[in-house]
Amino acid sequence: MTPAPSLSPRHLTARAPTRTFRQRHGGLFLLLAPALVYFAVFHYAPMVGLILAFKKFISAEGIFGSAWVGLDNFRELFTNPQFRAALGNTFVISALRLVFGFFAPIVLALMLNELRVLWFKKAVQTVTYIPYLLSWVILGGIFLLMFSTTGPINQAIAQFSGSPVSFLSNDFWFLFLLIVTGVWHSVGYGAVIYLAAIAGISPELYEASTVDGANRWHQVRHITLPSLAPTIVVLLILNLGHIMNAGFDQIYNLYNPVVYGVSDIVDTYALRLLMQLEFGLSTATDLIKSVIGLGLLVAANAIARRATNGEQGIF
Amino acid sequence: MPFQRSRAERAFDWLNVTVLTVVGLLALYPFVYVVLLSFSTAADVARGGLLVLPRNFSLSSYDMVFHDPWFLLGFGNSLVRTVLGVAATLLMTSLAAYPLSRPNLPWRRQIVFYILFTMLFSGGLVPKYLLLKNLGLIDNRLVLVLPLMLTAFNIIILKNFFQQIPPSYEEAAKIDGASDFAILFRIFLPLSKPALATIALWTAVIHWNAWFDAMIFITSNEKQVVQIFLQRIVIENSVKDMQFGTPNFNEQLYTPDALKAAVTVITVLPILAVYPFVQRYFVKGIQLGGVKE
Repeated sequence: MTPAPSLSPRHLTARAPTRTFRQRHGGLFLLLAPALVYFAVFHYAPMVGLILAFKKFISAEGIFGSAWVGLDNFRELFTNPQFRAALGNTFVISALRLVFGFFAPIVLALMLNELRVLWFKKAVQTVTYIPYLLSWVILGGIFLLMFSTTGPINQAIAQFSGSPVSFLSNDFWFLFLLIVTGVWHSVGYGAVIYLAAIAGISPELYEASTVDGANRWHQVRHITLPSLAPTIVVLLILNLGHIMNAGFDQIYNLYNPVVYGVSDIVDTYALRLLMQLEFGLSTATDLIKSVIGLGLLVAANAIARRATNGEQGIF
Repeated sequence: MPFQRSRAERAFDWLNVTVLTVVGLLALYPFVYVVLLSFSTAADVARGGLLVLPRNFSLSSYDMVFHDPWFLLGFGNSLVRTVLGVAATLLMTSLAAYPLSRPNLPWRRQIVFYILFTMLFSGGLVPKYLLLKNLGLIDNRLVLVLPLMLTAFNIIILKNFFQQIPPSYEEAAKIDGASDFAILFRIFLPLSKPALATIALWTAVIHWNAWFDAMIFITSNEKQVVQIFLQRIVIENSVKDMQFGTPNFNEQLYTPDALKAAVTVITVLPILAVYPFVQRYFVKGIQLGGVKE
């Protein structure tokens, strides 16, 4: 038996013409080009300017002409009590925001989830969510009006203790104001995120549990919370990674020189340096912040991956 | 179906509703207060003691605001930057997300990293200022639009959405000889309305609320945005440059809180108008982008 001839001898097989890289992928890269240019210009090019942190910037000489001073700017910063205070405040304020602000949305979401009356649930959601959509210029303005010594908050306080509280010039009360208004600003938004996660939990779990005699508290403890746990862990770790961001917008619009001692953070300090034309020091401050921030985010991501067996991370 | 609730459960329900009502009212009060102030006369505010309702309803503050050419100009500038910003973002994000959603793109992972890295590290304010100065963008309206055109976050959202579209659409189009550009604009974008709406709304809110870039990079009042005029009046307590429609407007006078409240309310209104749409699309946006990226 002679072997069957090849069914498609090469010289008879039709073949699509070879396309060059350009022909196959050129269109895609053409579409991609503007974005690549954008990031190069607006994000990566400024990174080159970070060398200013190591220079004494003189406007006339430009970035590359100014004198190199090595680590002098950093030495100057770390020996400056204002900078050290700003760095410390950044951590303190972030920690406070975390402790008081991280769990509030979870609690709110759980409570909202238990509501049966739909219009009420939507109403509360709406009211708590809107603040997140407003700038701190707007919110700062509102709170400066509300918490002034003659405002409604102090009027209420006066009923009880007789003397007004100076929220804007007392170190402790200013931090109190920051945290309270910060929670007010973000609790609704956080709650919506958790509610979306809760909505993703299979209803069968709840149905099965009621068959087993579980009441709503059991359900929360044994179904809802464990299901939310991965989300909570990831968000918590992400928050830790962002510790260097203590709320610049909020603080800038609420603070004043009297409370710099407790509320000045790295970002506001860097801005003031910029206003004083201390370009080298300002850049050095930003660089310190960025490097610490990057380190924290990388660490946070590694921890998140470990904690959730490689499933969740920022990247 | 609701079954018999135990007494303990019904008690909890009442407690829940009560607490949430208090929370809701507390959350609402700052708005109530600022609206109250805006409809009060300056004299009433100075007297103090206002809690929920105005003593004498008055439109005098609003009258002043609507007669101020600077504030109205700022409002217009904010609208312009918002519209331009949203258009630019939608266009640029679409262009970037489509190629990145194609698994056969060479160096795809590296490019995604190139983009994501910008979320983790930045050059800081001074280099950015010097760059914009060298590009001639200082005190140029475009400085409020260009730097914000793209965010890694938006690109990821749209990319994920594109990846959900069945490959058969693209394959059929390619067989018909469509270019990548045509596939993106004729097929993918029309199918992506929810994702695009989400991105558009978020970008609009960001632009409307943006104040820091305008504060640093815009130096002439003609181009200044409403948030900065608001900031000057409300935060810095300064009405220099404003006119408020009265020829005798005395900028030496302490700025009445009623006026501050009125400008605040006006600046908030566009956000409130957009809110119902945001609420509709926001949860979708989370599901698209994922809380865990």
